[in-house]
Amino acid sequence: MSNTPLTPGIVSGRLVAEAYAHNFDDLEPVLDGHEAHVAADRCYFCHDAPCMTACPTSIDIPLFIRQIATGTPEAAAKTIWDQNILGGMCARVCPTEQLCEEVCVREVAEGKPVEIGRLQRFATDRVMAAGVHPFTRAAPTGKRVAVVGAGPAGLAAAHRLALHGHDVVMMDRREKPGGLNEYGIASYKAPHDFAQAEVEWLLKIGGITVQTGVELGRDVTLDGLRAEYDAVFLGIGLGGVNALRAAGEDIAGVRDAVDFIAELRQQPDKAKLAIGRDVVVIGGGMTAVDAAVQSRLLGAQNVTIVYRRGQEKMSASVHEQDHAQQVGVRIICNAAPVEVIGKGGKVSAVEFAYTQDGPEGLKLLDDTFTLAADQVFKAIGQTLVAPEGMAGPKLDVQPLARVWAGGDCAQGGEDLTVTAVAEGRDAAEAIHINLMGAVR
Amino acid sequence: MADLTTNFIGIKSPNPFWLASAPPTDKEYNVRRAFEAGWGGVVWKTLGSEGPPVVNVNGPRYGAVWGADRRLLGLNNIELITDRPLEVNLREIKSVKRDYKDRALIISLMVPCDEESWKDILKRIEDTEADGVELNFGCPHGMAERGMGSAVGQVPEYIEMVTRWVKQHSRMPCIVKLTPNISDIRKPAEAAKRGGADAVSLINTINSITSVNLDSFAPEPMIDGKGTHGGYCGPAVKPIALNMVAEIARSMETRGLPISGIGGVTTWRDAAEFMALGAGNVQVCTAAMTYGFKIVQEMISGLSQYMDEKGMVSTAELVGRAVPNVTDWQFLNLNAVSKAKIDQDACISCGRCYAACEDTSHQAISMSEDRVFEVMDDECVACNLCVNVCPVEGCITMEELPKGAVDARTGKKVGDYANWTTHPNNPSVAAAE
Ligand SMILES: Cc1cc2nc3c(=O)[nH]c(=O)nc-3n(C[C@H](O)[C@H](O)[C@H](O)COP(=O)(O)OP(=O)(O)OC[C@H]3O[C@@H](n4cnc5c(N)ncnc54)[C@H](O)[C@@H]3O)c2cc1C
Ligand SMILES: Cc1cc2nc3c(=O)[nH]c(=O)nc-3n(C[C@H](O)[C@H](O)[C@H](O)COP(=O)(O)O)c2cc1C
Ligand code: SF4
Repeated sequence: MSNTPLTPGIVSGRLVAEAYAHNFDDLEPVLDGHEAHVAADRCYFCHDAPCMTACPTSIDIPLFIRQIATGTPEAAAKTIWDQNILGGMCARVCPTEQLCEEVCVREVAEGKPVEIGRLQRFATDRVMAAGVHPFTRAAPTGKRVAVVGAGPAGLAAAHRLALHGHDVVMMDRREKPGGLNEYGIASYKAPHDFAQAEVEWLLKIGGITVQTGVELGRDVTLDGLRAEYDAVFLGIGLGGVNALRAAGEDIAGVRDAVDFIAELRQQPDKAKLAIGRDVVVIGGGMTAVDAAVQSRLLGAQNVTIVYRRGQEKMSASVHEQDHAQQVGVRIICNAAPVEVIGKGGKVSAVEFAYTQDGPEGLKLLDDTFTLAADQVFKAIGQTLVAPEGMAGPKLDVQPLARVWAGGDCAQGGEDLTVTAVAEGRDAAEAIHINLMGAVR
Repeated sequence: MADLTTNFIGIKSPNPFWLASAPPTDKEYNVRRAFEAGWGGVVWKTLGSEGPPVVNVNGPRYGAVWGADRRLLGLNNIELITDRPLEVNLREIKSVKRDYKDRALIISLMVPCDEESWKDILKRIEDTEADGVELNFGCPHGMAERGMGSAVGQVPEYIEMVTRWVKQHSRMPCIVKLTPNISDIRKPAEAAKRGGADAVSLINTINSITSVNLDSFAPEPMIDGKGTHGGYCGPAVKPIALNMVAEIARSMETRGLPISGIGGVTTWRDAAEFMALGAGNVQVCTAAMTYGFKIVQEMISGLSQYMDEKGMVSTAELVGRAVPNVTDWQFLNLNAVSKAKIDQDACISCGRCYAACEDTSHQAISMSEDRVFEVMDDECVACNLCVNVCPVEGCITMEELPKGAVDARTGKKVGDYANWTTHPNNPSVAAAE
């Protein structure tokens, strides 16, 4: 190892091998049987439980926890998957501190919620490890549905459609299915190739054909799909990114955070990934936090998130922000970039102006400061790349006859994995009713 | 998924989980919601004779015992039979049964101990189309003072007589519900059988005082400064109920008499245990009163998973499976020798096993300076106390010595099966010689 965290510029191999292995392993390992039992015992089995209402997929949380407590994690997993077929991934990536666990009566009363996410993982991991897929397809209906996008929304829709007996062709422009589960989520939340393992497990339902490397708008058209299939589901996520609109945005060393994360997720040997010494991340959401944290984990010496509004407005949860700060990320709020400064064709610093958030919107103040930077990540939001004939910012849930949309690309809900699953599932139910009449 | 359908004395239900006669089954509103939640059957809250209904107290009627984290372990009550008019109950029963033909609906009855009263009530319930009757000979408070409930249940001759009347005046299947407030549960069960009962159900609640208020010096629940004994139920009574079920299941006189198991059933596992000991189905009260009707979903999923794992396709395969293995102490194998074994990797060095064994058992666990705890085989009598007090499941296990191995404590080889009936220390063996 010739490089260290102090080596200037964008270089790889800043850390020793063990450090990479440690940094990119499970942040929160799965509970063992005894821990799960103790954790499950804390649940009060609330009536009309607030946790269940807070879950975008409405998992029957008290029931699955009781099933764990009574020694049947297999039944618990089934309860979870009945509502959320990506319950395994959601157990890992859901911001539970903003969803189910935030409203758990024990969080409200004692500041210590029932560990719903970890219990969910305990149950689903166990059954997946046993290779069990506890769902069987209904008799074939002869109907064919195209699902565009194999992210959480597409996967949830495809599974539910296949379950009802429809034949599904799921296409994605990427090389691998999984969407942001595969290309976006922070590595330490779902290590050991969990995203692919989960997709493989999900496909065990049968009746789903996966076509990768197929892009809507390039290889197929919406009109073509509508002609060929009985229904179409669009779960194409947000394919574009917002521009910084600051001078110097194109200088080498400035990069989209989502691209960086996708590359990072696809590189099995993290020592091969080059990272700056002084990294500046611009943005305030989950993407900004993940880019910053993973920069630190790759050995960057100084990592700073700069967000243009107040900290309370950051869309990354407090839990995520805390985690970032624990790994040594500095968060600066109320500052916006005015210029990316280059030296020798490479970025060397970013100049920021402090901001004031008022009734008339955000105002740049004259007060400025400069941060040294050899790498800059833009994480200021993704945008919809709408299929031909449609327009954003988000698609309608049913934009055309026999066409449905769900997940990040569609209206409603927050841009979260679990919301995408809920919307994909619900669209599948709507399609099913549409194809079969009111029968269930 | 395993088929949970049960046929109990000819009464079919989609699963063996019935709600016991109690507040959860006191009215149409509850019972409909219970059926919607998935319960296989209900025993309607006990009906009394025509006439002005009973009255209940207007103060607290429940007392409780809690475990850690305020988990409800035992509940006691001084409630009486239904306090709603007979007419209303009958109308509601009929209406529910009409809409839920696949569920079991049993009517619980308690009327004065004379033939006319029973004849009359049986006639009244005839056209409800209920699936059967359960005779409540169990209520330990309030009704007993009026010569009903456990006042009948404690006298086997009365049980036999009333059961006979019921079988004479009705064609409905008849379940006799037994009180545990009696020294030998087999006697009332035998009486029920002689009277022609199709089944017995047990247990009803146990006479109890759950706590005493140390400021006002009266039992809880307290009403205007006084309290009375109530009926105890919930998880705490399960071991007592299991034993009573087993006694009836294995007794020569009552063997084969169908049993509906009641008392502390809270999870699928409790239900499976009752069934293994001979209960054809189970009835639940306190667990539903604690957590609501939804728990039945866990019971259904848990029992069917268990049956799948065991390769059982119907509940009949589970019922009674453990009965042959319930025996009397004198027939236990005195030559089966075990030793406790501590899994050092699992041990968290709390020392509870040491304290228990050193202070109250056989001084068979050693403790080193660096808190390593080890069993001394030459002292261990395999009493199991260390296993029971260890907070880590599976950390301490009982390992049975193979035949021929030497027991370090006695220096003797492990021999063949031999029990107390032939043991040299048994005076009756010596006397026989
Ligand atoms: C860096 C990052 C971290 C995140 N972390 C979390 C987290 O911790 N927890 C959480 O809940 N959420 C997180 N999210 C949000 C979450 O990943 C998304 O909300 C979720 O993946 C949306 O699912 P989707 O199926 O709608 O879209 P996507 O996951 O984006 O999937 C869309 C799929 O469609 C394909 N596609 C797009 N256009 C076309 C086309 N024209 N033709 C064919 N295929 C196409 C794409 O290749 C992709 O596979 C994160 C997002 C990012 C960017
Ligand atoms: C409040 C209350 C009222 C009850 N009323 C009746 C009754 O009317 N008739 C009856 O047969 N048993 C009655 N029981 C007894 C229950 O049916 C049941 O036998 C007992 O509670 C044990 O079961 P459990 O441990 O599941 O609660 C009552 C129990 C309670 C808690
Ligand atoms: S809110 Fe908390 S305690 Fe209540 S059911 Fe949900 S997890 Fe259990």
